[in-house]
Amino acid sequence: MASWGALPLAEPRRVIERDWRFEALPELAETDSFLAYGMGRSYGDSCINSQGTQLSTRQLRRLIHFDTERGILRCEAGVTLGDILQLIVPKGWFLPVVPGSRFVTLGGAIANDVHGKNHHSAGTFGCHVRALNLLRSDGTRPRCSLSDNAKLFAATIGGLGLTGLIVDAEIDLLPISSAEMEVENEAFYGIEQFNALSRESADWDYTVSWIDTSARQGHTTRGIFSRARHAKNGSGLSPGRSSSLIKVPFALPWSCVNRWTVGPFNRVYFWAGQRQKGTRFEHYQPFFFPLDSVAQWNRMYGARGFFQYQCVLPPESRDDAISALLRDVRASGQASFLVVLKEFGDRRSPGMLSFPRPGLTLALDFPNRGQTTRHLLDSFDRIVRRAGGAVYPAKDARMSPDMFASAYPAVESFRAQLDPKFSSAFWRRVQASR
Amino acid sequence: MSLRVLVYGATSGICHEVLKRYATEGAGFFLVGRNAQKLAAVADDLVARGGEVLGSSSYDFKDWGQHEPVIAQAVERLGAIDVALVAHGTLPEQLETEVSTAATQACMDDNFTSVTVVTQALAQQLALQGQGKLAVISSVAGDRGRKSNYTYGATKAGIDAFLAGLQGRFSGTDIRVVNIKPGMTVSPMTAHMAHGLLWSTAQDIAPGIHNAINRGTPVHYAPGYWRLIMLIIRLLPTAVVAKLPI
Ligand SMILES: Cc1cc2nc3c(=O)[nH]c(=O)nc-3n(C[C@H](O)[C@H](O)[C@H](O)COP(=O)(O)OP(=O)(O)OC[C@H]3O[C@@H](n4cnc5c(N)ncnc54)[C@H](O)[C@@H]3O)c2cc1C
Ligand SMILES: NC(=O)c1ccc[n+]([C@@H]2O[C@H](COP(=O)([O-])OP(=O)(O)OC[C@H]3O[C@@H](n4cnc5c(N)ncnc54)[C@H](OP(=O)(O)O)[C@@H]3O)[C@@H](O)[C@H]2O)c1
Repeated sequence: MASWGALPLAEPRRVIERDWRFEALPELAETDSFLAYGMGRSYGDSCINSQGTQLSTRQLRRLIHFDTERGILRCEAGVTLGDILQLIVPKGWFLPVVPGSRFVTLGGAIANDVHGKNHHSAGTFGCHVRALNLLRSDGTRPRCSLSDNAKLFAATIGGLGLTGLIVDAEIDLLPISSAEMEVENEAFYGIEQFNALSRESADWDYTVSWIDTSARQGHTTRGIFSRARHAKNGSGLSPGRSSSLIKVPFALPWSCVNRWTVGPFNRVYFWAGQRQKGTRFEHYQPFFFPLDSVAQWNRMYGARGFFQYQCVLPPESRDDAISALLRDVRASGQASFLVVLKEFGDRRSPGMLSFPRPGLTLALDFPNRGQTTRHLLDSFDRIVRRAGGAVYPAKDARMSPDMFASAYPAVESFRAQLDPKFSSAFWRRVQASR
Repeated sequence: MSLRVLVYGATSGICHEVLKRYATEGAGFFLVGRNAQKLAAVADDLVARGGEVLGSSSYDFKDWGQHEPVIAQAVERLGAIDVALVAHGTLPEQLETEVSTAATQACMDDNFTSVTVVTQALAQQLALQGQGKLAVISSVAGDRGRKSNYTYGATKAGIDAFLAGLQGRFSGTDIRVVNIKPGMTVSPMTAHMAHGLLWSTAQDIAPGIHNAINRGTPVHYAPGYWRLIMLIIRLLPTAVVAKLPI
């Protein structure tokens, strides 16, 4: 049982498979606690209950009802978004929000209130959840929605698995007429150009940018801005592949992602990206989930694992903060090759602890080089905190309790909805006395 | 026309993955299991995927008197059977069967007697129809008696002999008997075990099983590499097998 960053974390005491949605929770020792585990695609320690009981939802993957007319799907929480797409795309439906990997569960998508490239137009995943059923440690099964148990619903969306086990959920789907995307790429130099592209792309449903952090010091930041929408006249409703193409078989002791590989990779990637001028049509899978074609790509970072860092910076301070962050990345000489920049919109999620908020989000990754990497990320935290921003728990393994408290003020009202018998390594870390 | 599928042990983890494939094709089902709540959960799933559940029945398969009336009811609901699938089974602790005749008997009843009794009745129905596929989930465990699970293994070896005989009986007809032999597979049956290198998931092996049934493959190993592994294990001298930790 591990998380995607493959960082060394203490193992859970036991893992229990949940086979059926109507089963009661297992017995629990006085000092023990529960935590659900989906596909472990969170990068840090939020999906790990070190020394506790982990409830695996891999067998909770049955559909309950699919209204193909109205586009409403109800299913068990361990169904993956990939499995859902395999089913719904041929029928002319799509998920309203998808993260950068389809190998995540419905329960995980709700518990982290995940966002996609359409946050500016569609909000988070939680905005499209009609209702969910929880199983609490006292044996009750509250049904939660905007109208039933509304507080518990708001706490569970983005609730990091701490309000109980999500057993099943009902979500709204998005109608599509093709499995293809209409995509445009545009190279940009400097953050002003990025901002201009973001503004003029407001009527595109999906936007995202990749930036080259390895460009030499003193040069302006360059990147590829990409925008897309579901094609109106694309060909067919093929759901695509259900699994990855190839797999990284094992992790080497050292990271294959380092400054010698990242520089050339970024140059080629930029060159290839800027060549694709004009509009092209692309199947939804390579567009949304480019990394999913290589199973276990996280092993490329070697046996010591890696850190992801994703923050959001509010509109008033974003430009300065982004420049400061990118300056620090370059100065550190630590390589990051999956650097993503995206504009969040102002559609509010019902979730109390949701990460997305209006502003600019930046995601970076770094091979784990121990204290050197931790110091770098601590320096990022200072910039983000000064800017009034937040760090994403789904990707975090190290933020301080203070950092968490300052970015998630709703945590006080959240606490009233917690299930006393659910906990995680992340939660114990950020709740440690400050 | 869409396929009509009768399933014994419909709530099995492996079986359900196979049924999903038939459901996507719009099959009609009659589902038999022993737990009504689990059966309803499987039925909901199959319907959501495009299948139709024309009936279901829940009883313990050691309740011998039930088999004939339930199969008759299924045939009535479905009209005829295109595919009959027998998937139920239990995996006892070997050590427990060694000290308890009751545990040994339960293992025989769950895995051999009820399987062959149901299969015989289904074979008779297909013989009446003159066509159809009859698939039974056996196991690689039946290929050679081994100290770690010979009580269970013996039931699967018995099923293998039974199915080989049925294949002889129906040769030259339009009835196909398919023996499905999974290797170690992650399912509720094996949830408590440590899952190592040779393990598959039910999703991994379902497409192959679905294909084998449709083609009428006489013996299908799932995944295929188990055919080779078991061939080697069958060829090992008795003295060697006795020493191996298997
Ligand atoms: C390549 C890649 C790209 C990604 N891109 C994005 C992105 O674009 N946007 C984004 O927001 N995220 C992104 N992520 C992060 C990922 O979407 C989230 O971490 C997601 O929550 C993982 O789902 P999971 O099923 O693996 O859950 P896990 O990681 O196993 O668990 C995540 C949390 O959900 C809880 N949980 C899981 N199931 C349940 C349940 N049934 N009931 C209650 N709680 C539950 C767990 O306790 C834990 O707190 C990406 C991850 C990867 C690997
Ligand atoms: N998993 C493996 O590694 C593996 C390997 C080789 C072969 N197999 C075989 O594959 C088949 C399916 O097993 P599985 O792995 O999918 O396990 P599973 O999910 O536990 O399925 C077994 C099913 O059989 C049912 N069953 C058992 N005894 C019964 C009885 N007396 N009456 C009615 N129903 C009964 C169970 O019902 P309940 O749920 O109500 O108990 C359960 O639904 C079995 O024949 C098994 O021997 C499995």
